[in-house]
Amino acid sequence: MPTFVETTLDCGLRIAAEIDPRGYSASLGYFVRTGARDETDIEAGVSHFLEHMMFKGTKRRSAADVNRELDELGGQSNAYTSEEQTVYYATVLPKYQGRIVDLLTDMMRPSLTDGDFQTERQVILEEIAKYEDSPPFGAFERAMERYFGPRGLGRRILGTNESIQAMTPEIMRAYFSRRYAAENIVLAAAGNVDFDAIVEQATRMTKDWSQLAKAPEPKPDDPSIFPAGISDEETIETPDAAQAYLVRVSPSPKISDPARYATRLMATILGDESGSRFFWEMIDTGRAESAAIWPQEFADCGAMFTYLACAPEDLTANRNSINTLIEQVIKDGCEEDELARAKSKTIASCIMASDRPSNRLFGVGNGWQMRGEYVELEEMLARYEQVTLADIAAAAKQSLVPAATETFALAGALL
Amino acid sequence: MEPVKRGGLAGLMCEMVQRGAGPYSSRDIVELQDSLGLDHSAGVSSTMASYGAAMPASALPQALSLCAEIVRRPHMPADQLDDALQVSMQELRSVEDEPTQRVMNRLKQLQYGDLSGRPACGNFAGIEAMKIADVRSFFSQWYRPSGAILAIAGQFDWDQVRGECERLLGDWQGSNSAAPKLDVGKSANEHISQDSSQTHIGFSFDAAPFRDPNFYLLRAGVGVLSDGMSSRLFDRVREQRGLCYTVSASTHSLADRGAVFGYAGTTPERAQETLDVTIREIRALADGIDEAELDRWKVRVQSSLIMEQESCSSAVASMLSDWYHRGRVVTAHEIEAIIEALTVQQVVEYWRNHSPKNFRVITLGPKPLDVPTF
Repeated sequence: MPTFVETTLDCGLRIAAEIDPRGYSASLGYFVRTGARDETDIEAGVSHFLEHMMFKGTKRRSAADVNRELDELGGQSNAYTSEEQTVYYATVLPKYQGRIVDLLTDMMRPSLTDGDFQTERQVILEEIAKYEDSPPFGAFERAMERYFGPRGLGRRILGTNESIQAMTPEIMRAYFSRRYAAENIVLAAAGNVDFDAIVEQATRMTKDWSQLAKAPEPKPDDPSIFPAGISDEETIETPDAAQAYLVRVSPSPKISDPARYATRLMATILGDESGSRFFWEMIDTGRAESAAIWPQEFADCGAMFTYLACAPEDLTANRNSINTLIEQVIKDGCEEDELARAKSKTIASCIMASDRPSNRLFGVGNGWQMRGEYVELEEMLARYEQVTLADIAAAAKQSLVPAATETFALAGALL
Repeated sequence: MEPVKRGGLAGLMCEMVQRGAGPYSSRDIVELQDSLGLDHSAGVSSTMASYGAAMPASALPQALSLCAEIVRRPHMPADQLDDALQVSMQELRSVEDEPTQRVMNRLKQLQYGDLSGRPACGNFAGIEAMKIADVRSFFSQWYRPSGAILAIAGQFDWDQVRGECERLLGDWQGSNSAAPKLDVGKSANEHISQDSSQTHIGFSFDAAPFRDPNFYLLRAGVGVLSDGMSSRLFDRVREQRGLCYTVSASTHSLADRGAVFGYAGTTPERAQETLDVTIREIRALADGIDEAELDRWKVRVQSSLIMEQESCSSAVASMLSDWYHRGRVVTAHEIEAIIEALTVQQVVEYWRNHSPKNFRVITLGPKPLDVPTF
């Protein structure tokens, strides 16, 4: 059985690990509590841009050194930025633990030079352009903006062309100094790891982290001004698109709400990609390419996403079917055997995912960073097992409210 | 294996066999998969249709039995053909909205030939023409034990599972029809005009197939070019010049031929430079590589071979690919030994003697590019 251990260093850095000596690999990651929701208008997209810049070198390493060393350690490494977190992680053979801790820890204190900033800005603009060619991606961004407003959780993670063009290295450095303080960061590990060695090495390397001089808080945004490059129109015109897309957002439990387990199972029953009520009505019959529903949990609230992709002429009929299926589950809940299948499917996938330290890392790191909680696998499975039909009915009533926000991506002919 | 005018039949077949088989109705199959906790997958490539699942160890006997029913005794119900055809149409339409996929699908046809490189989703004409007789005849021609491979990885008792397989599949008979004569691709460049934000560039060239004894010399070069963040394409196209977000190259293989496929997406005004730098880097492999570049690639391969043991799904995928392309399972130790023995000199010499030929470039975007002659 894996064991959980944690500690907090004097500088404020928290370290949490799930040790499983049976693993062939060791996964490690820095989970920084900062993301798009922590940005102001002039900083829009900076969390994600900064994530790219963290690979550009430190006092001890050039950008090429960082990339080269990550490759030399042979594992899988990457980073991502969400609304609430920025995460840097790697999975390596246990013999490379010391070297990967050295590298990742060093990367957390980056050079952020002007030259690298200018080059990387182009890469970010390319990333924005790449997603502009994906109608569903645009629909999701707009749906978040419409539901949460253009700031906070509705802030685009990539920023906009306008905000990235206007970004300066000074804005980024100031943001870094405020958000990358040691107490805002969790170092998480999973798999075949030597915890004492991690703690010893991190203690040594992060001694001066508490000396980071914090820049003053930026000027708050003027809520009467709409950020540049953002729109809250219900419909996005996608003239070349072959399909029509609908994204609906409604409330859902937050990340620490015990009701989240019932809500996830309810979404599985109603709109999982296979075997759900949406599936039998719209996917198995070939009426839609995709019709799904799933919750996403944030620190202080949640969001339920309903997604539909289909031929433009079928949009209305499919939307009506979705509404009918939602009404039924609100009115009558679901059947005992549907719940049993949803549990089996979810529990099996949790067990299978837990085989890989790289998967466990995110459970450990997110849980410790966002909730200060570690849930072992057995406990998580038990929480799913305990969900009752009444819980499902309650979850449906709470999340599938009529006052949901809708966003469409449509070809011009339908507008 | 699809008839010329039935592009998409193999994919439709894959959908139809899951709509009821043996004692199970379509709904029974899905419900059983969910109850057993099967994370199931089904799909079609240029050469194979595959059905598989990852599952808790206790579900294996029932999963094997379900899988045997699907490949041996599907109902192929005529009254479900329309629904299945609609599923195929949905997939075709969704590809239309993914420029990268569109470029790579077209590139594969240019590389391997209209039939050999046909995308699994087929084409609108093929799907519209499909009849239930096409499905049934395709099934009787190709869903046969000869050429079929079953791979299992994870926690199980071999003797017990072998007995189970014998019971389920031992009396399965018949052989495949003779494989149709494969067509070949042509060396050409194409542009698909679309008012997109990025110009999407796909490129390919002839290369050794997996079964070629020198395949790893090819693969090592592609590794230096594209595996990891210090690889040449990532470093020189993205990191140093900021030309794009995505750039990559990888090897691909049919039974008898292989190719290297690559992709880069970039805004139109920087697309020409992206293409020029990318092609220059591919050519430069023949001028030499550093010892350190090859070493990094070796460590990557070694690490992934070890970590593969944590995932039964990737172990199964490797076994299937080995068996299909090489006629046997190649062990991790064997691959490690081959990789370890490769030298810089061998790799460079290989790339010098097999310089990329018959280049194809496809672009999708507002305007075409000048494709350098190769």
